[in-house]
This record gives sequence, C-alpha cells and structure tokens, in this order.
Amino acid sequence: MRNPQLNRHGELTHLITTEGLPRDILTHILDTAQTFVPLADRDVKKVPLLRGKSVFNLFFENSTRTRTTFEIAAKRLSADVFNLNINVSSAAKGETLLDTIANLSAMQADLFVVRHEASGAPYLIAQHVAPHVHVVNAGDGRHAHPTQGLLDMYTIRHFKKDFANLTVAVVGDILHSRVARSNIHALTTLGVAEVRAVGPLTLLPSGLDQMGVRVFTDMKEGIKGADVIIMLRLQNERMGGALLPSAHEYFKHYGLTEEKLALAKSDCIVMHPGPMNRGVEIDSAVADGPHSVILNQVTFGIAVRMAVMSIVAGASA
Amino acid sequence: MKLQIKNGRVIDPANKRDQQTDLFVADGHVLAFGQAPAGFKAERVIDASGKLVVPGLVDLAARLREPGFEYRGTLASEMRAALAGGITSLVLPPDTDPTLDEPGLVEMLKHRARQLAQVNLYPLGAMTVGLKGETLTEMAELTDAGCIAFSQADTPVIDTTVLLRAMQYARTFDFMLWLRAQDPWLAKGGVAASGAYASRLGLPGIPQQAETIALNTLFDLQRTTGVRLHLCRLSSAAGIDLVRAAKQEGLAVTCDVSANHVHLTDVDIGYYDSNFRLDPPLRGQRDRDAIRAGLADGTIDVVCSDHTPVDDEGKMLPFAEAEPGSTGLELLLSLTLKWAQDAKVPLVDALARVTSGPGRVLAASSSAIASAGQLGIGAPADLCIVDPSAYWQVSRQSLLSQSKHTPFLGIDLPGRVQTTIVRGQVAWEFAG
Repeated sequence: MRNPQLNRHGELTHLITTEGLPRDILTHILDTAQTFVPLADRDVKKVPLLRGKSVFNLFFENSTRTRTTFEIAAKRLSADVFNLNINVSSAAKGETLLDTIANLSAMQADLFVVRHEASGAPYLIAQHVAPHVHVVNAGDGRHAHPTQGLLDMYTIRHFKKDFANLTVAVVGDILHSRVARSNIHALTTLGVAEVRAVGPLTLLPSGLDQMGVRVFTDMKEGIKGADVIIMLRLQNERMGGALLPSAHEYFKHYGLTEEKLALAKSDCIVMHPGPMNRGVEIDSAVADGPHSVILNQVTFGIAVRMAVMSIVAGASA
Repeated sequence: MKLQIKNGRVIDPANKRDQQTDLFVADGHVLAFGQAPAGFKAERVIDASGKLVVPGLVDLAARLREPGFEYRGTLASEMRAALAGGITSLVLPPDTDPTLDEPGLVEMLKHRARQLAQVNLYPLGAMTVGLKGETLTEMAELTDAGCIAFSQADTPVIDTTVLLRAMQYARTFDFMLWLRAQDPWLAKGGVAASGAYASRLGLPGIPQQAETIALNTLFDLQRTTGVRLHLCRLSSAAGIDLVRAAKQEGLAVTCDVSANHVHLTDVDIGYYDSNFRLDPPLRGQRDRDAIRAGLADGTIDVVCSDHTPVDDEGKMLPFAEAEPGSTGLELLLSLTLKWAQDAKVPLVDALARVTSGPGRVLAASSSAIASAGQLGIGAPADLCIVDPSAYWQVSRQSLLSQSKHTPFLGIDLPGRVQTTIVRGQVAWEFAG
C-alpha cells in the first residue's frame, strides 16, 4: 500500500504523520525551514510562494495557538487564509466531515489545515479531496501532530547540530499525546541513538516498546544523561480519575524540577509543546531557566509550517 | 418438484459423505443418492459436473436490519444476498429496533419471513427487556413465538446478578443462552484491539482481558446454574484457550468466530480503513493463528458471517466514529473455502464449520430444528451447488446485500454459488 502522504512521484503531497516518511523528506523540510527563519527579522516578512492560493484552516477542535501559527505561516507565504471553527458551525447542524470538505473544495481551496478530535480524520479527508488539493494535519486525536514533531526536530537540530549521538526523553502523558507519537517517529527516523518514554504505567500505551523506544516509569532514571527532555502537557481532565490521583502527586514524581534536571547532561535542553501547566508537569524555574528552549520552539514553529505548506503545495498533482 | 442433481461432488460433513454421485430430491426432501429410485422421474436435471454439492450453509449471526433499520437492509434484500451466498438457514440477533423482546414482534417477523418464503429464519430473543440488562424477558412466551434461544446481541449485561438470574431462569426451561464474552468496563470506548498497532494509530484499545474476564465469569456462573451456552464471536488466543479448557472440563458450551477474524488482523486496518471497524475488534497474528488452530481441532464449532449491514453514511467517517460491522452473507462460503485453501484443511472439515457445526448448535437450541446443515436421506433438501474453482471479485457491483462495506472489498475470492435450493425448490441461480 502506497503511503497516502506521497504522490506517485514520491513527493510529499499531504503531511499527516511523521511515521513512515523517508529521512530525506524530513531533512528537506528542516532545511527549507532554515531558509525561512531569517525572514522573521526582516522588515518585509513575506515571500510570494503561495500567492493566489487559498489556505483553509479547518479546526474541528479548538486551538488558538496552533491555528494562529498556521495563519501567520500561510500569510508569510502570501496565501489567502480562511479560518473556520467547524465545531460551532456545520458539525453542530449535522453536516458530515466529508460534506464540509466537499463544500469547501467547491470554494476552490488549495490547502486544508485540519485539526480533528478523531485519530485518522486527515487521512479520510486526503482520500476525498481532488488531486491538486493538499492536506496538512494540525493534530488528530491521539494519533499525530506532525508539524509540532517537525518543529521539535528543528529545535533539537538547531541546538545540538546532529541527531546521531543524542539521548532524548519524552516525559508524561504518552497515552493521549499525538505530540509524543510524532516526536518518537521523527526521532527514530532521524537516527537518534536513544529515545526514551517516561511516565506512570497508566499513561503509557500498550506496545510502546515496539515503537523503538526505551520505556521508563522512574523519571530520574529516564532523564539521566539526557541531551533533550521533551515535557508533555498533562490535561486537567486526566486528574482525579483512575489515571492519576492528583496533580500534586504527579508533580512530585513526574514534574520537571531543577533538582531532577541536574541528572540530565549539563547542556540538556528542555522543550514543551505548550501550553504549559506550571507546577503540574514543569516547575517555573525550569520553564523560564537557562535550559529552556520553549520560546525558540514557538518561533521555529512558524518557519517549519511555512516549509511544510510550501513543500506540499509544490508537489505535482 | 422432483430434482436430479447429476454428477456433483457431494460433501456432507454431518454424514461423512464426500463422493462423486447423483442426488435425488422429491417433495422438498433428500430422497436418494447414486441410483434413481424405482419410478423416479426428474422434472429438472441439474448438471453439477465439476461442482460441489453442499448442504445449505447455516449462518449463526446475520442482522437483516428489520425491523427498525430498513435503510441499511431489509429482509428481502438480505435474504437474497444469503441465497446468493449459499445460505439456507440463518439466525437473527435480537438487536433490531424495537428489540426482539416481545412475542408479538417475533411473530410479525416470522410472518414477514414466511411471506418471502426463502431462507429459514431463526430469531434469537432478547434475554433482557430492551437489551438493557435489567429485566428478564418472557422467555417461555418468546420461545412459543419462535425464538430458539436468548441473547444480548452486542450489549453486555453490566449487573452480574442479572446475568446469574437469567442463567437460572433459562436453565429452568432448558433454554440456551447465546452470549458475547466482553467485559463492558474494559471494552468501554475501545475501537481496536489493545496493542502496538492501536497505540501507533492513536486508537483507544480493547484488551484481550475484556474477553477472558467475561469468559471466566460466564463459566463460573455456568458451573453453578448448569445452563447451556453458545459463545458468540471469540477474538483472542487466550479466550480460545479458556473455551478449550471448559470443553475438556465438560461444560455444555459451543462457540463461533466471524469469518473476518479467520483471515484478518489489526494491522490490516492500514490507514484507518473503516471497513475494518468490527466488533469484536481484529486482533494480532497470534490470535488469528489461534482461531485457525481452534477451528481445526474443533474447539471452535462454527464460522459465521456476523453479517451487519452498515450504510455509506455509517462508514464514511473517521475510524473511531464509524459504525462497526461488515456485510458478510455473500462472503461466508468463499472465506471458508479460502481458509481451507490457505491452511490446507480438508474441504469436508472446513465445510463442517458452516454446515454441520452450526446445524448442531441449532439442534441443541431447539428440538424443532433437527436437520439443518446436513443432507441425510429424508432431510429437507436445503443445499447449494458451488463452483470451487471460479473466483469472483468482491465489489459494490457484485454484492447483492444493501451494504457494500466489507474488509474484502476489491479482493478476488474462491467459490461461486451456482444454485441454491431451499426445501427442494430452486431459490436462486447465478445469472453469469
């Protein structure tokens, strides 16, 4: 079965997941992003790569931050951008996902940026759009958040130069995290020496060891000697049920504090996809401290999303 | 009508018959094999050279969607699909709308089926009112109305006390219970088998313990009540091991698997293909191998179609939101033949799982059904003639069922039903 993200020439025509993408494509996205980073400091921040193209931000699930960074990225590529919060419009009226897509396609969309609560929804959309229309996944259920994964890879490469000898620890709610999955697949494809997943057993999905990661339940063991620590956001609704007893106990065992951070390498970088819960998964002293590259991630995120959109839009029909 | 079916390879697992011979039918019953009885004059002769002549298939789980879900399937459309698949008897689960929990509804359904006069339909009554798992139904009345046993379809009983009472009550009248083994709490919210593949796809999983814990509960309650159980749609290697042990212990238990699970695993879901959204979910390679081993050694008595018509709207959705189920009536025979081919199982043994095996479960459920799934002399002439070497492609065009959704869409399968005969009458013929 052909990877549905690639066209028959092997070009990236949709970006849905980092899993199964060739290393060359991942590297090409990071290299392209690198050419866009300096734009942010110029007076004129726009390039005309998507002039005349229509980008639709389709958010079936609320997100201000991710939607805004996609909007900025598309506008810097000179595209026309339309934002639709579907959960408050047609979905409420009973229109199906594919009806919505068909209607918007009739408005001559060139690229859909999609966030949906159901894992795999972007595949369904990609299967039903015309060949010249592209789909970029902005997060689907627990499955994937590939632009976040790629901007994390960009950040790691920026600070560490090379992936080969790194130890990267992903810490927290792996079970529900699309960011964790996208990071794990990208890290293993890019040849990181050791990828670790750290969390309590209630938040680690079954079969995780088959994704090429070492699994740790003890955070101190899990981050020992790490070059990179990626902290995951812990949703409030996971608390107080059968998954975790309390934020207090979670922070004590899995919150990143300066004390725990001292176990990692001295030049370790700390990342977080945001928005952060200070005092739940990360201590403020760490979030704002010298190891934190959390704000760099946000800046690089725009360049990476510009790279992804310009690359998929350039794929032949 | 007097029929002569000439020169076919008659395979009748119940009577251990596998021979090239002629079969004679009169007055809706099997009259003789080999030589025509004295004075027999065939009104029609069907040449079955190079074909298999097999008892009409008995399918233990086929939702025809009437009443309540006629937009997904009707008795007429789905019975035609059954005949095209060589099926002459089928069992209806009670999860219609309304559910089959009142004698009047069952009588109406039987009446509708009789008017169509095609396949033999055997409804299962709801074990609890509205399948809600709270109040027992009038099992004795429902039996008088035509129910052959009682079931919760895919809705598990949450309150174990109700389950115990249902078993005691059923045992009082020696009614059989046909139950799925799925712990409601562990299965809650799950849409795929727990494991590496579901974790990669980010789909909530159902662990195999959902099946094993439910089986242990059922067996334990069975030991105290003595009720006879038929277990529906097993999916895991560990579950099949438990059934094997229960049979060795001597518990009165039979079981079935769906034809989909004989062939597929969770990895076949691929990129969220909603045609692979099934209940129970597809599990791993080891589970599929255990299903095949269980069928071969007789732990699993029956392969059923688990026919569940779903319309396009129900499937054109993200995987987790899509409705579970697949069309299966027209695939049951072909998937059985394919299993025999793939696993090098003798045809007579493979066909036993869709003829004599389910026939025995029917006979155990209702004394009124003595001879489904076999071609003994004097048995009703329910049979099909199959070209085993003809392949057909599963496609929207080739399927007669109102639902076009199956994991096997686009696949070439062996075995074309040429003719289906019910009670000695030609009920369906392949047009070519």
